[in-house]
Formats: sequence, structure tokens, C-alpha cells
Amino acid sequence: MSEPLHYKSVAELSSELSSKKISSVELTQAVIARTKAVDAKVRAFNSFDEADALAQAKASDERRSSAKTLGVLDGIPIGFKDVISVKGQPLTASSNMLKNFVSPYDATVTQKLKGVGAISWGRLNLDEFAMGSSTENSAFGQTHNPWDLERVPGGSSGGSAAALAAGEAPATLGSDTGGSIRQPAALCGVVGLKPTYGLISRYGLIAFASSLDQIGPFTRTVEDSAILLNAIAGHDPMDSTSFKTEIPDYRAELKKRKGPWKLGIPKEYFGEGLDPEVAKAVEDAVSYYKSKGCEIKEISLPHTKYAVGVYYIIATAECSSNLARYDGVRYGHRSKDANDILDLYFKSRAEGFGAEVKRRIILGTYVLSSGYQDAYYVRAQKVRTLIRRDFLEAYKDVDAVITPTSPTPAFKAGEKAANPLAMYLCDVYTIGVNLAGLPGLSIPCGYSKSGLPIGLQLIGKPYGESELLSIAHSYEQEHTWGTRHPNIEAQKGAL
Amino acid sequence: MNDYEVVIGLEVHVQVKANSKMFTRVKTGFGHPENTLTDPVVLALPGVLPVMNHAALDAIIKSGLLLSCDIAPYCKWDRKNYFYPDSPKNYQITQYDKPICLRGNVEIELPGSARNVMGEHKLIPLTRIHLEEDVGKLNHAAFDSLIDYNRAGTPLMEIVTDPAMQSADEAFAFLTALKTVMVYGGISDCDMEKGQMRCDANISIRPKGQEQLGTKVELKNLNSISYVRDGISHEILRQLSLLKSGGKIVQETRDYDGQTGTSQSLRTKEDAHDYRYFPDPDLMPVKVDDAWKARLKAECPEMPFDKQRRFMKEYDIPYTITSVLIPDKSLSDYFEATAKLCGQAHAAGNWIANDLLREIGKSGEPIDQCKIKPNHLAALIKLITAGTISTTAAREVFSEMASTGELPEKIVERKGLTASASSDDLETWCKDSIASDPKALAEFKAGKDSAINAFKGPVMKAAKGKANPKLVDETLRRLLAL
Repeated sequence: MSEPLHYKSVAELSSELSSKKISSVELTQAVIARTKAVDAKVRAFNSFDEADALAQAKASDERRSSAKTLGVLDGIPIGFKDVISVKGQPLTASSNMLKNFVSPYDATVTQKLKGVGAISWGRLNLDEFAMGSSTENSAFGQTHNPWDLERVPGGSSGGSAAALAAGEAPATLGSDTGGSIRQPAALCGVVGLKPTYGLISRYGLIAFASSLDQIGPFTRTVEDSAILLNAIAGHDPMDSTSFKTEIPDYRAELKKRKGPWKLGIPKEYFGEGLDPEVAKAVEDAVSYYKSKGCEIKEISLPHTKYAVGVYYIIATAECSSNLARYDGVRYGHRSKDANDILDLYFKSRAEGFGAEVKRRIILGTYVLSSGYQDAYYVRAQKVRTLIRRDFLEAYKDVDAVITPTSPTPAFKAGEKAANPLAMYLCDVYTIGVNLAGLPGLSIPCGYSKSGLPIGLQLIGKPYGESELLSIAHSYEQEHTWGTRHPNIEAQKGAL
Repeated sequence: MNDYEVVIGLEVHVQVKANSKMFTRVKTGFGHPENTLTDPVVLALPGVLPVMNHAALDAIIKSGLLLSCDIAPYCKWDRKNYFYPDSPKNYQITQYDKPICLRGNVEIELPGSARNVMGEHKLIPLTRIHLEEDVGKLNHAAFDSLIDYNRAGTPLMEIVTDPAMQSADEAFAFLTALKTVMVYGGISDCDMEKGQMRCDANISIRPKGQEQLGTKVELKNLNSISYVRDGISHEILRQLSLLKSGGKIVQETRDYDGQTGTSQSLRTKEDAHDYRYFPDPDLMPVKVDDAWKARLKAECPEMPFDKQRRFMKEYDIPYTITSVLIPDKSLSDYFEATAKLCGQAHAAGNWIANDLLREIGKSGEPIDQCKIKPNHLAALIKLITAGTISTTAAREVFSEMASTGELPEKIVERKGLTASASSDDLETWCKDSIASDPKALAEFKAGKDSAINAFKGPVMKAAKGKANPKLVDETLRRLLAL
């Protein structure tokens, strides 16, 4: 059975392009057609520029016909979370604050992808300024989970995950500050990778929390993840926090590394709040690895219990400062009835930001205030060090750590919207990875009885993406979870 | 006044002379069309990141080395959060708890009892020096305020002194000395008119003998070194008269208007900001190792006052000449090169302090643009000493050199300025001159030696400047002794 173009993997599309079975224009047209067919229901996109995408596709085909093709990604459309700059395209962060903002420059990842011929395709929805776990916090309306349109796709990169699952792009980029790639990947049944902090340049990524943010790919397969990582990883002189390290050929490494591996199961990650169906799916995956000769070790990450608290201090502190630039003075929303400069700040920000963004700015301002900073921010940084130390200690014994990605499959829209704390707990398994700066990946590992995808999280060593991808790849080789697709046509559009 | 003691501390901002801004590659500059020295980073567009300018860090470490500061083992960046439209990010990247330079001092010279008398020297201790980024400029019109971000992001050093100065004169001397050091080190031109150096002063007074500092008032917008002196004097008098009339000093920030010589309150302590400083997560700390410091140490020039003391000792030139030469590093270097080439430091000093400075003043160009190089001037001085040309001829050669850049020997030859009159002619001219001025002759005979000069003018005139002055003097004395 052959997949329609819009459900093929990047690797497959790439080989069809190179054998000239298809052209990039045909592929791009197929993606556009699919998007037009389903996005009224999914609403993954904030915007897309059909003419621009087709012009890029045409240029790619011309390169190919004159044997000047730029590599495996040449001619492949890639969707961008609407926090990553693409020159001449809107950059909104799904916020009224930036509703009409068009970026005048390319992010480093955008430049890199353009450099290898990939087609920048569309601006994908998110929780406003990447703050949220359901994509309900978008100022432009929520994105729906393609597997059940009444449910959330996860967040904050919900648009990136949903677009991929719905066949609206062969691959997408997201960003992950506390789980914003891995959790929506799990909830939408795709592969999502959050690389090690510092592996990918953040230049051109709208900052939420600078010390936690990292760009990463959403793909149908682990191999595709390696292909995208090859294109976007590496030191950038424009980002002082990007790390100077040798970048291997991640795709080639997939085939070289075979295991068996020593895998750690943190006992703290399988406690209260974990959905039994999710627990079962993860346990099955562990059994699979065991059957392949992997050594499974119970490990302890004792400071995990502080991770959510620490995260909401550090991330909010940084965001309170990062978002100060949105003031209505130079660009973005400016209140029409301001009397003086203070009034302009107050009104522009009151009108431009949504409730969750305001909540986090206020929280972050508070934890940095004089008299409170030592008790909150400084202390949180110390605990953060302990959380990282827990992981590094564990890696003396194991090659990777296995956990669920999300405690539950996709929940219903509105279910947690009124309870920020319940929403924050969605990221309980993913947040520690950001605090520790480690690479984490979510792959599909099963479905709930009601047909919702379940994700398995693999956490690797710092800059150990090659090994991490190989561990995931070996599982994927013998499981077909990722090849299922949602039936959007059969569903009625949700509100 | 005698019952009180003044305590002054200064916060001086100095723009680092750098090709690019503190955290991005766009150029720095002054006087460019508004908002042309900007880029996405300067404008704080969504998604941009700062990258540190290493040359600016070099400059501040060099400043620290020049001013005997302790250099921190690493450079760490913090965010100072506050909303103001001249600050595009609404936070400023600065150094809060770990400044790159700690302690150190600036040597100053107080005014002497007369212009030709060296004043007292003192060391003013520094608290710290740190690096940060400058802000933009607001231009207020009738109904709008316009912002120019050209200055935003320019590397800026903040130099903070201990509360250690006791008079407006000391503050004036401090800024003068600091500026000289900064110019010597190539760190900044410190042109206050261009905002390259800006100064705030903290001023308090206390009864003599009291240990605790009085309530301080911060004075802002001291836009020139003279305004600093005037503003501080004004503030000291304001505080004194306030205390004498039974009033109380309020801790506040005041704005000094140099034009009118008045100040008014900007804000009081109650309005103080909470800047919520925290380490900037976009910038990694940078290690400053010994090799780095050693490299910069090697680039450090001799300090101005050290150079002045050396000139006075080594070349035996007077204080007045050194105080003309020293403030301008290139001028003092020019002097030293010339003195070495001709072996006559006094003559070199005089020529430079008088003729050369006048020449430069005319053209308005910096000394390295002047066509008269040290080897030109040294050669000219040698020609005079050797008696080859007269002083009058030398002045002509000098101005010719200034316009053509030729060597003096060539000009002398081309213009036939050699003191080449024959001894017979000289003898005749001298006799004529003596004969034509019996009054001077009588004076000379009566013992007034300087009366001889009266005979020289007519001789030179008759010789059309080509007489060797030494020879004229000898001939006149011989004839007068007869």
C-alpha cells in the first residue's frame, strides 16, 4: 500500500525527488491541497504563503534539472512554528502583540534550511509566546488534535505537531522550553526531538526562557529527525550559548549504532498521576528493549519532584525580562488611546498579551524582585544544578533514560484551561530535561483504547543525539505505531 | 564653610572607541542620520541575541590595567530591567555584582599656586569599572517624542570613584586626568560634546570631624568638565545655605543646567527603581586569563604623569612646557622624537609649544597630519645651532615646511637662505651700523651689554637675513672692543 504524498516521510520524498518520480512543485502542491482540505478543521496554521512556497519549489526543481541540487532536503516543504523568523513572513508568536509583525531577517535555522534547499512552508500555531501545553493559549484560536478534533494537540508547538499528523507538511520545526516539542509529538503520534541545549542556534527564535529554549524537528520517523538535525545543528557565531562541538552525520550514525544499550527507568516518573494506558505502553516498550538484550536498570532522579516548581521560577523570571521589549514603541501592538509613555506601556501590553503570558510575566517579575530573588530565583538555580547532577550521575550507569512523555494522552479542549496548575503538570516528565539541558525525544509507542497516540520519551546524554536517535530508531524498526494516520475526514470540525 | 567638609564621588560613563557595538556588529558613530546605525539586535526585534564585542572587553581590561585595578578572573553579564523608550530591550546588559575591574585609582594634579608651578598630586581611589551598553537618544518635539537608536548599544564603561574628593577643583582635576589616561590608552576620545564622556556627581557635606557621610544628592547632566566644576560648586553652596537656614538635605537626584547655573529636583529616593538584576542567560561568562591580561599589559602606554616627571628629569625641560606637551600623547611623543634626533630638548620644547602648536591650531588638523615631522624640526634646530641659518630665516623655513613638507636643508638651498654673507661685507655693515647709532654705542660703552642688539638689526637687514648671527655678534664685539 502506497502512502499519499502528504503522508510520506522526508526520506521517501527525497528519494522520489531525486529519482524524478515527483517534482518539488508537485509535492508542494500536494501539501498545499492537503492543507486547504483539512486545516479548516485542524487549524494548525496561523498563515501560509502559497505563492512563495511554489516559487521556492520551482527554484528547487530548476536546481535539480541543472544538477545543482543542494541535498536530501532540497525541495521538501518544512513548516515553521510561528516563533522562528523567516524573512518577509509574519512572525506572530500567536500573540495580538505581534499580529501584524513581519520579520525582516532569517533565523539561523531558517538560513540553514534555505541553504540546503528546503522550502519554508507556513507559520504554525502555538500557545502565545510558547507558554502553554495545549495550544489553547493562541490569540488566533486553538489548534485541534487531528486524532480527535475535540482534543488538544498538546503545546506549545501544537500547530507543528498537528500539521505533521494531519499531512499538512512532511516535517515541521518547533521549540521546546519545558516539553513543547515532545508533549505535542506524543499527543499527535509523531516523532519530536528536543536537542541538547546549545546544539541548535536560537538566533531568530522568539525567546520565551533563554536558558531553556531549544529548536527541534517534528518528523514522521526517527530517520527524518536525523536528516533535519543534520541540516540545523551546529555552532552559530550569532548565538553565544550555541556550543562548539563536532556534528556527526546523524543519519549515517543511525545504521552504525546497534546496541544493546543500558537503559535507566527512573522510579520517580512512574508514580501518581500516570494514566494506566500510558504506563502499559511504556512498560511494553521497556520489555521490547529488554528482549533485544538491553540491560534495564531502575534509577533514581531524586530532585525530579522539584522540577515543575523550579521551572516555573526560572522560565517566568527569564520571560518577564525577555518579553519587556514588546512595549508598543518600535513595533508590534500599540494602544491607540495612550496619553503618555507609561500609559502606552500599560495599555499596549494589557491589550497585546493574553492571560497566560501576563500571569507568567507577573510571576517572573515577582521572583526577581529585590527581597525575593534569593528565596526564589537564586534557590531555583541551585536546585536546577542538582537536577542536572541527578541525570549526570545516572549516566554513569546507563546510556539513556526511558520515561513516558506525557502522563496522559490528549485531553479535551477546555478541560484544563481554567486550572493553570493542572496544565503545568502536563510537562512533569519533560521539564527536567530542559532544566538539565539534555536531549529528549518522543516517539509513538502505542494508542489508547479510544485511539489516541501515546508517546515514549527517551532522554540522552549531553550532545548524545546520535546514540539517542539510534535507540529510538531500533524500536521504530520493529513497531508501526508511527505509520497510522488520523481520520480527519470522518470527524466533524470542533469549535 | 569652615565647619563643614565636602565629600564627592563621581560616576563617569566613557564610551569605548570601538568599530562595532557592544553586542552586535553594526558600526558605532556620532552625527549620522537618525537610526542608520541599527540592525535587528540594536532594535531588539523578536528573536535576536547579543554577542559580545571582544575588542570592547579588551578596552576595559586595558583601562583597568592602566588604573591599577584588580581584574576579575571572568567577565559576567547581567540584565538591568527597567522600561524607558531609549532602551530598546527595556533592559540594559551590564555588569552588576561582578564588575570586570575593582579598586584602582586615578592620579590627579590640583591647580598650582601659579601657572608655571606644579600643583599637588593625589590618588583618587576607584570603587569599580564595569562595561555596559549605551542607550538611544530621545528628542522631544511639541507633541511627539522621537527616538534615535544610533547610540544604543555603544560600548560604555562606567567608572565609579569612592566618595573621596573634597572639592569641585578635585573633581575637575579627576576628569581631566581620567580623560588624558583614556586618550593615552586609545580607549576613548572622551569628547564630552559628543557624549563620549558623561559624568554624574554624588555630593554630600558633613560637619568636620564627623565620620558618617551626610545625605547625598546626585547631580546629573554635567555636560562638560567645566559644568562638572560649576555644578558641584553650586550644589555645595546650595547644601550649605540649606543647612544654615535650618533646612534638611533630602536624598534626591538633581538636574544641573549649565546654561543658567541652576539645578532642580528630578526624583527623590522614594522613586527608586527595583532593577531586578539577574545574570543574562543569552551570554556566557568569559574567562580572562593571565595570557590575555599580559597581552593587554604589553599594549599599555606610559602613564601621563609618569611621562611628565620623566620629561622634566630626563630632558630637564620646565614644568610649563611639559604641561603643554603631556595632555596630548601624540604631541609628547612628537617632542620626544624630536629631542632625541636633535639632542636639544629645550629648543625642541620651545619650537613645539610655540610655533608647532600655532601651526596646528591654524590648520585644525591633528598633529599626525602635520607635514612637519620630528625629523624636519630636528634638522631645522640643528641648522640654527650650527649657525647655518638665522632665527629669522628659520621661521621662514618652518612655515615653508608646513606647506610643502620638504626637508629644511632643501628649503634653505632652494631659497638661498644660508647665512653666507662674506666677512668683508659683514665687517662693513657692522661698522656702518655702529657708526649710525651713537646712542647705543654710548650705552654699550657705559656697560649695558644688551645694547649690542641694537646694532644687529641693521646688519641683518643689510645682509637680507643671510648673515650668520653668531658671526655678526662676534664681529660687532670685536669692533666695539677696539
